[in-house]
Amino acid sequence: MKKKVIAALLAASMCAGVLTGCGGAAKSGGETAAVEEGKVINIYSWNEEFRQRVEAVYPEVKETSADGTVTTLNDGTEIHWIINPNQDGVYQQKLDEALLKQADAAADDKVDIFLSETDYVNKYTDADADVAMPLTDLGIDPEKDLADQYGFTKTTASDMEGVQRGSTWQCCPGLLVYRRDIAMDVFGTDDPAAVGEKVKDWDTIKNTAAELKAKGYYTFASYADTFRLYGNSIEESWVKQGETTIKVDQKIMDWINSSKEWLDAGYLDKTVKGQWNDDWNKSMGSESKVFAFLLPAWGIDFVLKPNWDGDDGAWAVTNPPQEYNWGGSYIHACTGTDNPEHVKDIILALTGNKDNLLKISKDYSDFTNTTSGMQEAAKDEAFASEFLKGQNPFEYFAPVAENIKIAPLSSYDQGCVELIQNSFSDYLQGKVDYEKAKVNFETAIKERYPDITEVQWSE
Amino acid sequence: MKSKKPNALRSVVAHTVLVILSFMCLFFFYILIVNATRSHADLQKGFSALPGKYFLTNLMKVANDGTFPMFKGILNSLIVSGCSAALCTYFSSLTAYGLYAYDFKLKKVAFTFIMAILVMPTQVTAMGFLRLITNMGMYDSLLPLIIPSIASPAVFYFMYSYLQSSLPLSLVEAARIDGCGEFKIFNRIVLPIMKPAIAVQAIFTFVGSWNNYFVPALVIQSKDKMTVPILIATLRGADYMNFDSAKIYMMIMVAIVPIIIIYLLLSKYIIAGVTLGGVKE
Amino acid sequence: MRKKSKSISYAKWGYVFILPFFLCYFIFSLIPLLDTVRYSFFEYYRSGIKEVGPTFIGLQNYASLLQSDMLKYGANTLILWVIGFIPQILIALLLAVWFTDVRLKIRGQQFFKVVIYLPNLIMASAFAMLFFTIFSTNGPVNSILMSMGIIKERIDFLGSVLGTRSLIGFMNFLMWFGNTTIMLMAAIMGISMDVFEAAEIDGCTGFKRFYYIILPLIRPILAYTLITAIIGGLQMFDVPQILTNGQGTPDRTSMTLIMFLNSHLKSKNYGMAGALSVYLFIVSAILCFIVYRMTNDNDPDGSKAAAKRREKEERRRRK
Repeated sequence: MKKKVIAALLAASMCAGVLTGCGGAAKSGGETAAVEEGKVINIYSWNEEFRQRVEAVYPEVKETSADGTVTTLNDGTEIHWIINPNQDGVYQQKLDEALLKQADAAADDKVDIFLSETDYVNKYTDADADVAMPLTDLGIDPEKDLADQYGFTKTTASDMEGVQRGSTWQCCPGLLVYRRDIAMDVFGTDDPAAVGEKVKDWDTIKNTAAELKAKGYYTFASYADTFRLYGNSIEESWVKQGETTIKVDQKIMDWINSSKEWLDAGYLDKTVKGQWNDDWNKSMGSESKVFAFLLPAWGIDFVLKPNWDGDDGAWAVTNPPQEYNWGGSYIHACTGTDNPEHVKDIILALTGNKDNLLKISKDYSDFTNTTSGMQEAAKDEAFASEFLKGQNPFEYFAPVAENIKIAPLSSYDQGCVELIQNSFSDYLQGKVDYEKAKVNFETAIKERYPDITEVQWSE
Repeated sequence: MKSKKPNALRSVVAHTVLVILSFMCLFFFYILIVNATRSHADLQKGFSALPGKYFLTNLMKVANDGTFPMFKGILNSLIVSGCSAALCTYFSSLTAYGLYAYDFKLKKVAFTFIMAILVMPTQVTAMGFLRLITNMGMYDSLLPLIIPSIASPAVFYFMYSYLQSSLPLSLVEAARIDGCGEFKIFNRIVLPIMKPAIAVQAIFTFVGSWNNYFVPALVIQSKDKMTVPILIATLRGADYMNFDSAKIYMMIMVAIVPIIIIYLLLSKYIIAGVTLGGVKE
Repeated sequence: MRKKSKSISYAKWGYVFILPFFLCYFIFSLIPLLDTVRYSFFEYYRSGIKEVGPTFIGLQNYASLLQSDMLKYGANTLILWVIGFIPQILIALLLAVWFTDVRLKIRGQQFFKVVIYLPNLIMASAFAMLFFTIFSTNGPVNSILMSMGIIKERIDFLGSVLGTRSLIGFMNFLMWFGNTTIMLMAAIMGISMDVFEAAEIDGCTGFKRFYYIILPLIRPILAYTLITAIIGGLQMFDVPQILTNGQGTPDRTSMTLIMFLNSHLKSKNYGMAGALSVYLFIVSAILCFIVYRMTNDNDPDGSKAAAKRREKEERRRRK
């Protein structure tokens, strides 16, 4: 008797397993029309930034609890914000664990939306990993619904086959920000167009650097300042799909060589090593001899401005020697979500609606992902900045954003970018020779990515 | 009498060394206080030796932020650290006493085992630990931060060493003759003798647990269960628009106050160890 | 004979007393630990968020670690340990003796005792933030040295091997010497006052008092301090990790073994990390065994003598 009961139970539970398995498969296949939406939307992020943007522009938002952990929508659905600090990789660690458990999680515990940063977006958009849903599976047509987005943001959020698996509201084109007083002293003019001419490409800016040097100024603070310009413009991705070889692009070698040259020539400040340290901050002060920085919109407002101790109107922006992007957070719909309709709505409201994006630009001074909107902003006096002596920076941001070309990314990018800079810092500072720096990079990258078998250097 | 002169010299040397060391310790502390009194914009510009005027502003910012449960965080940290310190010291003493005072078959094995795990590096087990407590249904609760402190090989070893040098077994036997039960002997006779050792390890465990970031960050999820270091890390990861390093320094400052108080309270017991040792007579 | 009868009647209490410890250890630490050891024989890591393995590969992880720079990192760790921990133990011993010497009458003792422990209260990451500020190229230490005329050019502390290593050593020292002092102080206070009084009558003071009385009597705790210092040294991680951004710059000369381990953990390389842990375990076990032998069995008289003295004194008090 007993045995029979157990057998029946087993059979029942197996059936249940099969059934839920089927359900899951159907959902992840994207044919969700008939499935009812879940009551809870779980969103993984590392800070409150995304929540504030959602509250600002998603019309369905009713209210958010005082501690900021739950947002209720008009139809009663709750958004649960799961915030984990970025420090020591805790955010990615927790997200990864949740994603690995996604298939077995109860409907209301499933991850519905998660965010990623440009540095590691491809870890999640990778087609093999299949954790971020292709936007088309949600019913979003990137060609049509997101037509106004900047092309490079779409490339960034796509897997290697070009299927877009994420979308962003912000994009972060960078400019060259320079000191007007130094420009006057050296070039006799502080006009952005004239200065732009002097820094328009790498050859020209090198001659300009010599001019600045003759008057006792540094062109940039540190070799790390220029890395993104080179790193953004590599011809091929660091690692090709299905391969385990890292190819160090010629552009990266160019960065190393020209940084060494510039450092030895005295065009860069030797005492500033890398970014985000006290010395770097100080080089933005009025005592400093540094002429320019390469920064995106947020960099000017939240890094340069607090570091500047003089009056407003001392700085100006112009075109950089090469178009580049720095930063940006991507929104992904998580495979297996039980709220595909809400997720689609949120993604469209935040990244495909021009009015909403312009509102974000005004309220939070993000440079947002709308080509036509930003072109309007470039002509709109309301976007002029006191700090830049009344100059409207969007006039320069907009064309840069349109011209950024990004090589296909790979899921190894974060480690490659971080470790190549670290390994060659020693070389640039003269602590190790060139060959040793190469070896150090190879050691470090193989530690980070055990599946990498070989590193190929250009030249 | 003869030793009077060298003693004076020693006293001078001792004071000099102490003053230098204290200066170094206080210097860093002073910088921390100075930084907590400056605004974010001031801090970005680098070092200053003089305090700023933003102490109250920063404190209000930390205390009044609705999305940032500072008091709750301190309370959670107090619970976790307090319970850990209590459990850890009590059970370590118990284990040490068990191995020190009794003879049993597995005694040597048990002792060797603890000494062996003492030297096992713990960093690698974090992920396995996380999986384990998730399976046990203790994810996002304070319990997995507290209970494992019962088994602290290092504290056990300290207690054991301390017993070796300060508990005569004859004392235990005398108590037995007086008719005391084994638990009573431990609680009434052994524990008081171990007070200095317990106070010392209680402080260390408390501080270690108070400043622990990595494991709590993996285990804790909900905001109302976060401990102080996670809150500080969350502050650091804040959106660049709201990023405020002054707030971080202030939070670090605030986080130190409770441990200083605990330290001052417990350090009395360390001093009390002297009186226990026989000055009373 | 008596001993034997005791062991029969009380043995079960020994088991009862050590039960909670072992129960808790088996559940929370041993299971994850055994996993670690098991994985050391597997190829098992994550590429992105895809899991590779686990595939059994025998001792391959152990072999490839031997071919890596592991030994070099071991040497780094040793150097950093010597710079940081040796002064720490010596100073701590000195301070503990001073604080407990009634004849020395240190003024403001309570104040000093609190102050030396302060650095331990600041989180390592916060402490490193302060270190960066103070020792940066344009920071206050450089300014002070320049204005005092000690140096002509600004020193790039974190850019040179010596500078980085000394800063790591210094920070470790500052963070932990108070801790060790307190521990040793507690140990010395466990010594009966009678012993000191008797010693003084015999004319045993100063260095002799330290060498012939304190040192032998606190031997167990001193062994403890040494062993934990060795373990702490082998497991040195947070200070160099934060100060060098996890890279052990310059040229990986301040990369410690646990930082090496951590870089494998970052890639979720459980196999390699497991093998490295086993190596670390073997090395620390050998070292600790040597220290334990040297300090404990050499002269078992020390602790027993103390115990005997205490015993007498306790008896007297109970009367």
